[in-house]
Amino acid sequence: MLKVEGASKWFGGLRAIDGVSLTVPEGAIVSLIGPNGAGKTTLFAVLSGFLKPDSGTVSFAGRDITGLRPHRICRLGLVRTFQLVRPFAGLTVRENIATGSHNRIRSRAAALGHAEQIADRIGMTAMLDLPAAALTVAGRKRLEVARAIATGPRLLLLDEVMAGLNATEVATMVELIRAVRDGGITIFLIEHVMPAVMSLSDRTYVLNDGALIADGAPGEIATDPRVIEAYLGHGAAARMSEAGSHA
Amino acid sequence: MISPQFRYAGWLILVLGLVTAPLLISSGRWIEFLELTLFAAVLGQGWNILGGYGGQYSFGHALFFGTGAYLQALLQFKFGWSPWVAMWFALGGGVLVGVFVGYLSFRYGLRGSYFALITLAFAEAFHVLSRSLISVTEGGRGVSLDLNRDPDMALATLQFNFAAPFLKAYGYYYLILLMLIIACAATWWMANSRFGARLVAVRENEEAAEAIGVDAFATKMAAISLSAAITSSAGIYYVQKFLFIDPGIAYGPAKSVEALIAPIIGGLGTVLGPVIGAFFIHGVGELAKETTGLVWQDRPGLDLILFGVILVLMLAFAPRGLVGLLERAWRKLSGTRPTERDHA
Repeated sequence: MLKVEGASKWFGGLRAIDGVSLTVPEGAIVSLIGPNGAGKTTLFAVLSGFLKPDSGTVSFAGRDITGLRPHRICRLGLVRTFQLVRPFAGLTVRENIATGSHNRIRSRAAALGHAEQIADRIGMTAMLDLPAAALTVAGRKRLEVARAIATGPRLLLLDEVMAGLNATEVATMVELIRAVRDGGITIFLIEHVMPAVMSLSDRTYVLNDGALIADGAPGEIATDPRVIEAYLGHGAAARMSEAGSHA
Repeated sequence: MISPQFRYAGWLILVLGLVTAPLLISSGRWIEFLELTLFAAVLGQGWNILGGYGGQYSFGHALFFGTGAYLQALLQFKFGWSPWVAMWFALGGGVLVGVFVGYLSFRYGLRGSYFALITLAFAEAFHVLSRSLISVTEGGRGVSLDLNRDPDMALATLQFNFAAPFLKAYGYYYLILLMLIIACAATWWMANSRFGARLVAVRENEEAAEAIGVDAFATKMAAISLSAAITSSAGIYYVQKFLFIDPGIAYGPAKSVEALIAPIIGGLGTVLGPVIGAFFIHGVGELAKETTGLVWQDRPGLDLILFGVILVLMLAFAPRGLVGLLERAWRKLSGTRPTERDHA
């Protein structure tokens, strides 16, 4: 479904992502983890057309989409959400979602109707007529997902949709993401909430200093020494296994 | 939210009131007042498309007004074209200037105050050009059109010197009323279309809009074209009514300010806003004239000071304009919970 080959992006002298190659198979939930500043959001921006990679290619559904503008990529069926949510604050939830629906639906009335169906699917029916500015953090994250799903995507890039949510809200979001995938949308997500990553992912990539350092099933990743060092510092893995053998 | 039935009833009353107004008012001065008010509403509706719905605040809408007016005047004056033919070129010329300025601004991502400044700069550049390109524009002298005195030619010359007294007295009034109705209908259509939804999304958050499939550049280009078309139509009207245009009237800052003040005071991004705003502003101006005995023309700038004060007060206390105040009052009266925002 999604194939990235050797993607690099520089900001001045800083290499934000460095020769990243990965694949997201159709129908899977794939996650991307890594410490803060590893380049995860930059990679998402490259995939969705908000940034042009300095080298490398991105192909989606067998088509080269490198350097296409975001709205073109969205029309092809690849849509992203934002880590810092960007609701259309002055509009109602219904109008917010309907703007996404317009990606595939021309008629205003049909788009507003479609927005209701999406809200029902995402569990936002009660909030349809609220202004987006009145939503809680969890509500806004949910709206971000709803608006993206309304565009009729085949692949959904979720950027930390669980950050700032409490345990109950995380559990609901995990259920929601699973339901979205079961509805036929492939999912690629950035997440820091590890229990959620563990339970959701079919496969996990680990990014550190702009480069992929590991990938595999989430269970294997958690014990990978390179991953532990990336999170906890140089030598941490050795100290941990040492501490483990003493115990 | 004001229910649709009441909204349609309100519009019907407003349109019927304006259509029958000439039967109730005999004073020429009041008809002149209404003509200038409706003219301001058309200008304001043009600005509202781009500024109110699109969030791109232009400080130079005189660009489009002036281009429409100059083309309408010059094509008749220099080449003896029929006003009926000239108007399409005037309209197209206004749109072309809009496309040009829009392309330069939006291609390079100018937003907010940068967009306001570039439109202001272009309006000033056209102001200077229209003054200095004397062989083309007649320079600071301006362009005067011949007054048509033949009632049989009233329609052909688009100068309403009809034989019938009613048409003669109210022709221009009905023309500008018709233009306002068309401008409002176009705005209403836009507000309830995919294009309008996308334009509002761009206003609210351009990147979020791009992410969900909105071509922000194309949307803004379409908006500035429609905005320029409506605003240049006001220029065409101006020339047909006053038979005169000069650089100061066409491209001076007064028209740019007049275009933005009605929608801001009336209610940005609403169909009704520019209409209410225009009535409010001209009503207040007229009232000031009556009570103080000061005539604007003799005290240039007095009205602008007054408008400035009103503008500041409105922005501070009623950022959603008079339409917002009306809706709040309506909610209080009808007891509706203030959950839903209204956008018509």
